[in-house]
Amino acid sequence: MSLTETTYWVVGASFALYVVIAIRSRASTTQEFYVAGKGIHPIANGMATAADWMSAASFISMAGLIGLSYNGYGGSVFLMGWTGGYVLLAMLIAPYLRKYGKFTVPEFIGDRYYSNTARIVAVLCLIICSVTYVIGQMKGIGVAFSRFLETDYETGLLSGMVIVFFYAVLGGMKGITYTQIAQFCVLIFAYTVPAIFISLQLTGQPIPQLGLGGTLADGSYLLHKLDHILLDLGFQEYTTALRGSTLNMAAFTASLMIGTAGLPHVIIRFFTVPTVRAARTSAGWALLFIAILYTTAPAVAAMARLNIIQILEPETGQALLIEERPAWFKNWERTGLLEVEDKNGDGRIQYHADPNRNELVKLDNDILVLANPEIANLPNWVIALVAAGGLAAALSTAAGLLLAISSAISHDLLKRTLMPQITERQELMASRLAMSLAVLGAGYLGLNPPGFAAGTVALAFGLAAASLFPALFLGIFSQRVTREGAILGMLSGISVTLMYVFQHKGIMFIPGTSFLGDLSPNWFFGIEPNAFGVVGAMVNFAVTLTVTRFTPAPPDEVRRLVERVRVPVS
Amino acid sequence: MGEPVSQQTREIYWRENRRLMLILGFFWFVVSLGCGVLWVEPLNHIQMGGFKLGFWFAQQGAIYSFILLTFIYALAMARLEKRLGLEEPDE
Repeated sequence: MSLTETTYWVVGASFALYVVIAIRSRASTTQEFYVAGKGIHPIANGMATAADWMSAASFISMAGLIGLSYNGYGGSVFLMGWTGGYVLLAMLIAPYLRKYGKFTVPEFIGDRYYSNTARIVAVLCLIICSVTYVIGQMKGIGVAFSRFLETDYETGLLSGMVIVFFYAVLGGMKGITYTQIAQFCVLIFAYTVPAIFISLQLTGQPIPQLGLGGTLADGSYLLHKLDHILLDLGFQEYTTALRGSTLNMAAFTASLMIGTAGLPHVIIRFFTVPTVRAARTSAGWALLFIAILYTTAPAVAAMARLNIIQILEPETGQALLIEERPAWFKNWERTGLLEVEDKNGDGRIQYHADPNRNELVKLDNDILVLANPEIANLPNWVIALVAAGGLAAALSTAAGLLLAISSAISHDLLKRTLMPQITERQELMASRLAMSLAVLGAGYLGLNPPGFAAGTVALAFGLAAASLFPALFLGIFSQRVTREGAILGMLSGISVTLMYVFQHKGIMFIPGTSFLGDLSPNWFFGIEPNAFGVVGAMVNFAVTLTVTRFTPAPPDEVRRLVERVRVPVS
Repeated sequence: MGEPVSQQTREIYWRENRRLMLILGFFWFVVSLGCGVLWVEPLNHIQMGGFKLGFWFAQQGAIYSFILLTFIYALAMARLEKRLGLEEPDE
């Protein structure tokens, strides 16, 4: 069987599984549609949360971001940021919102801040964060299809949309939860199998997390060797290369952490478990399942980088002849992820940090994960598995985001604000309709991605950190914070962050409109736009607390609501 | 739902909860932004097997610690709730 055939079988089987699950878990009430009937076991919810969380970016791009773009140590911001947020979520947000016991994040903000304006501002912030995020997933689906199944991008995207449409519209949160559990199993298996093989081949150690600190065949430490080779090639040392400055790394990490704890599609997963206690343990399980991938990724990053360098320089001082490059190399050149240009005409591929000397002119981040099984000579079924895993990661995150968007529209905008008189049946219809529209909208944006689609995932975190997290945190931990404070806080936090991003990356990311230029000397204390969420969050906190001092205290029922969410019973 | 909880029990629960959060939050900061970013340089002078210690915290250790902290919080809170009679009925 050819590789493409195998891939069709494996991906087809995984899709069939998702459809079967969808048919078996249709939602018949709004409670099932929004929060899966609140009956999900904490471990099962942990798996679903892990799949919800780990997107196409985590699966396909993160190892490459760490290993290539951020040259090793600098990439730690993603590893710490995207896991450390769960500690905040477990302690500061999830248990109390579960106790609150309703359906959406804007709903809590609206009730706690006794204001439909606050509710609508929260819906707006939610939509801005989630839409920037979902575009990346739709693109991931299209790209994964076109690379592995040799379809064109549009066909791939449409197939993905049909699948999501099927289980998200039919089953709502209930269908999404059970498919996400299946998707977690597919994606984690697909990620770890190639990693185990590559670790065995390089270090003789089957556990990649240990292999990263292990020794190579010549007895030297893997990381030590990588440091030396990269220094020789003109790069910075792998284990110490900073991303920008220490301050920038700290801000970036903190933005991702706070953003994680403020992203609605993750928070609503914790509404599906039966108790507050279960919400806390479930966060632990989610983190454990996520950590399987997140501690493997840095090993994949270092090992794949070393592998590629050693393939390009089979003997010391002797670069690889272009004609002798392996078959996988040629395959990936066809996709445009790899590109060679023989600048000095010696028929060999020189890889170097200096762009004038470097002849591997294109080395895409995604190569580290996508080509890994081929680099390590693994059988076809493993390569097919990576395709199914990448699709599972993208589909599960897309579905979670679409649910967050559609429930904000059907529940917060329609039921709680515009048409409170509709019945539950009508609301369920409305939520299915909102979900269908959200899928179509996301598909449209995936087909016509606005210029900013690349790198928007990190931005979504900054926006969530600057807008929703402070409102949720203060809403639980303070009884005094007022609606005026929260509304102005959310608006100023999200505006400051968006403006900072726009002035450096262009207004609505249109090139040429970035009046300060995307240049590090113009960055505020050297903080890059993606890392600015933490500053936005501080602005939000400051504005909220200042305005609160000058506005009348919230009514008594709000004080009682806060008391009620803080304690698990009564 | 259930019997009303006395104001005193609420206050003890919330005070203990915040104390626990502060302690665990301190460790959360130390293992990630501390050992992984701010003090990474001096820690990198310590070699642990094939890892520089600072690098290990940033790419491995912080994550393991986060898992531990989250489960410790869940267990400690469950114990506190048992002690104060604030356990939720299982469904």
